[in-house]
Amino acid sequence: MFCEKAIEIIRELHRMGDGQLPAFNEDGIRQVLEEMKALYEQNQSDVNEAKSEGKSELIPTIKFRHCCLLRNQRCIAAYLYDRLLRIRALRWEYGSVLPTNIRFHMCAEELEWFNQYKKSLATFMRSLGGEEGLDITQDMKPPKSLYIEVRCLKDHGEFEIDDGTIILLKKNSQHFLPRWKCEQLIRQGVLEHIMS
Amino acid sequence: METQSYLPVPPGVGMEENFFSLDDILLSHERLPSRTECTFPRLGFLEKSSDSRDIQEGTKMEMPLFLAKGLYERKRRVVSVELPKVYKEGWRTVFNADPTVVDLHKMGPYYYGLGSQMLHFDSPENPEIAQAVLQTFIGRFRRTMDSSQNAYNEDTSALVERLDYLERALFRAGQSGLNSFQNWERGRASTITASSLVLNYRKRKITDLQP
Repeated sequence: MFCEKAIEIIRELHRMGDGQLPAFNEDGIRQVLEEMKALYEQNQSDVNEAKSEGKSELIPTIKFRHCCLLRNQRCIAAYLYDRLLRIRALRWEYGSVLPTNIRFHMCAEELEWFNQYKKSLATFMRSLGGEEGLDITQDMKPPKSLYIEVRCLKDHGEFEIDDGTIILLKKNSQHFLPRWKCEQLIRQGVLEHIMS
Repeated sequence: METQSYLPVPPGVGMEENFFSLDDILLSHERLPSRTECTFPRLGFLEKSSDSRDIQEGTKMEMPLFLAKGLYERKRRVVSVELPKVYKEGWRTVFNADPTVVDLHKMGPYYYGLGSQMLHFDSPENPEIAQAVLQTFIGRFRRTMDSSQNAYNEDTSALVERLDYLERALFRAGQSGLNSFQNWERGRASTITASSLVLNYRKRKITDLQP
């Protein structure tokens, strides 16, 4: 039956229900496009034959192939769109610099899309809140204090805070730091927020 | 609440599918017992049981829903679709008696979605099918909601295994609400937490490296 490869790439995405991005299935997409090309060419030839020789009994077959063409198109479009939704989520969860292993899972066009999205978001954030702009990727939960207690979960090296002091983030060390500097590191699992 | 950054396209409601919804695409791949009401020349290779060049009129075959929907025409006889067992009168009586005992994952797993889609084929039983699907949902909903609101910090696989995909989504939503409420009660609502997406990526990276 047609459209088997198309449903396979959809299943691949659906399996990762939490929003993780699997590697770009270039081979899968290529195979679906090839099937679409074959279906289209067969239909073109049958349409010409039906018109020139009056073979109206070919019409159900033409419709059948057309149905499968539309199906393949839908699967590819949904595959690409869902991946973009996952890539967009990466900006909000990881920040603007993605780890290399995730970047390898994106095709060139998706990387380009990510860069454009970053720019749009940055432009939007700059336009809020007067001159300085407003970082809306911060304070995802309403803050209760300016400074928070954090514990380091892994070695992260040196870290500079606003007054110039350098903190060494060594595994298991605890620090009392400004909230706005730590939030991203906590989201990334480098630091742990400790409530007293 | 753990804010969601990945917001996939949800399945459509009722008889409509959402074009970009992965769930709806998987649902419309389900195979239905069908019968061709005309000949499909030159497609005989799709049908393993015969050697003919064409698919003959009157061939019984399993057709995916998307194809049946695409080919079906009310006025012309192109293809006719048989109702899957679970929407026929026999099973409808079972659902009517007690909807909560049925394993909808085994009978589905898209019981509600597929049931809604079957209405496209103008069966004379459509009103009964629609009623059955609706009443089954109403009958089972209370249990799903109760169990999702009371299972805290425990293994829920036994509760979830007999639910279809729609009910599982509702269960997850209930659990998410429960967990957020418990966090708030314990004064942990303002703790900044690591992103679950980031943690999942890290878990996967470690398993990727294992031989």
